[in-house]
Amino acid sequence: MSEITDIEQEIVEEFEIFDDWMDRYNYLIEISKDLPIIESEYKTNEYIIQGCQSKVWVNADYKDGKVIYTADSDAIITKGIITLLIRVLSERTPKEIIDADLGFIDKIGLRENLSPTRANGLLAMIKQMKLYAIAYKAKHGAN
Amino acid sequence: MFDLDTIRKDFPVLQQKVHGKPLVYFDNGATTQKPRQVAQAINDYYEKKNSSIHRGVHFLSSQATIEYENARETVRNYISARDKAEVIFTSGATGSLNLLAFSFGEKFVKEGDEIIVTEMEHHANIVPWQLLCSRKKAILKVIPFNDTGDLEIEKLDELITEKTRLVSVIHTSNVLGTINPVEKIIEKAHNKNIPVCIDAAQSIQHMPIDVQKLDCDFLVFSAHKAYGPTGIGVFYGKEEYLKQLPPYQGGGDMVDKVSFETTTFNQLPFKFEAGTTNYIGAVGMAEGLKYIQSIGLNNIAKQEYELLTYAKRKFEAIGGITIYGNSATKTSILSFLIDGVHPLDAGMVFDKLGIAVRTGTHCAQPIMQHFGVDGMIRASLSFYNTKEEIDYLCRGIEQVKMMFT
Repeated sequence: MSEITDIEQEIVEEFEIFDDWMDRYNYLIEISKDLPIIESEYKTNEYIIQGCQSKVWVNADYKDGKVIYTADSDAIITKGIITLLIRVLSERTPKEIIDADLGFIDKIGLRENLSPTRANGLLAMIKQMKLYAIAYKAKHGAN
Repeated sequence: MFDLDTIRKDFPVLQQKVHGKPLVYFDNGATTQKPRQVAQAINDYYEKKNSSIHRGVHFLSSQATIEYENARETVRNYISARDKAEVIFTSGATGSLNLLAFSFGEKFVKEGDEIIVTEMEHHANIVPWQLLCSRKKAILKVIPFNDTGDLEIEKLDELITEKTRLVSVIHTSNVLGTINPVEKIIEKAHNKNIPVCIDAAQSIQHMPIDVQKLDCDFLVFSAHKAYGPTGIGVFYGKEEYLKQLPPYQGGGDMVDKVSFETTTFNQLPFKFEAGTTNYIGAVGMAEGLKYIQSIGLNNIAKQEYELLTYAKRKFEAIGGITIYGNSATKTSILSFLIDGVHPLDAGMVFDKLGIAVRTGTHCAQPIMQHFGVDGMIRASLSFYNTKEEIDYLCRGIEQVKMMFT
């Protein structure tokens, strides 16, 4: 499997094709359909991420030394954004996830496109995903 | 008389493009844009007149004080208050409601007493009362509204008891647009000798308000929703009440004599204006109100009603849109959802089309709970908006539907 940075570069190149945000939104809507959906039993307040105007739920499983994320949101563009994050971070070792700097978010202009409160929501999403990795690392002493 | 082209030229901010598209500003319920007359008045003040009021004996200070008191007179005239002393400058409607909840609460509310609000209040007319209730062990009661968005005011009769101390109601809902029958509410409350506060934050810019005719005991609003600057607003109260209420904040200017043993307070309205007030804001506010008067509130109401009816008709023609708030008497606020589309998704697309609308809970979460939704899209229209802009929003809605459903 490619490195995290390779996947990030892939995404940056995909986004370069689009001239404007309407096309980028259409792309996010399209890829939102690929999101590995969280089991409905986890779509509870316990798994909800605070700080988003839309509801976002994220869960993480641990298998063969790797973290596998599932998620969902009630807003579709948000779902597309999580799909990007999962494409980069899922099925990685906890260490890879913890070390990822996710520079692609700035490179594709996602953060500056969001209002500050919504950018905080995005950060909260990433933080939660990293927290899962930290927890699994602690639990399994994994790399 | 009502010349839209001329009016729009008064609002430079409306002339710009955002994301390469002409700005369509439909977030007037959050704040209105400011005419250049307001900006000019504020700028003039800073460049030529600035000085702290009520203190200095020097020329600039006395000029500044005169202008500040003239601004108070403009407000008095605008709401037809009996006396200038009944007009207190605050930081805005929220500041005014906090003042009232504190000072009225200190004087008149004790354990077991009741305050009545409505189910359609803005958080600013809920939370200060909840804070008071937890301080005094008092009880907050709520007049419900029906699914059309009208208050069930017949329920007020059973809600009012001998423990009721105050009724505080929103004049016009910032979400539903409903113009509430405040005259009836005041009549019912006054029959039991209970004072009434009107939150006019969403009505003061849309319709004539005469506090003496209305006979409300308190009235609050913000300047920035009425074509004036931010950080300034009004707390109106009948003198008989204001005299009895203790001060809210202590500091300079609100005092008469100060010693470490005891302090006596200044007369009205200064008793409630501690510290250096936002005197430049007051002047800007007065200019905004004069601007409204120059267009005429009746002209404004007529134009906005026309825009509202036009938008409603267009929405119905598109179909698949649920409008929340369908009262027969409402202002130009349209809260809605596009079937099957999250408001945030729609709002993000509208933004890229240059359309400014509000999405979310609009500081009125109980209304969202009433309708069982997490949020709404709100287009709040002003007299400077156009039918072409509404057409453009409708094309945006069509595009959103295509993208998300």
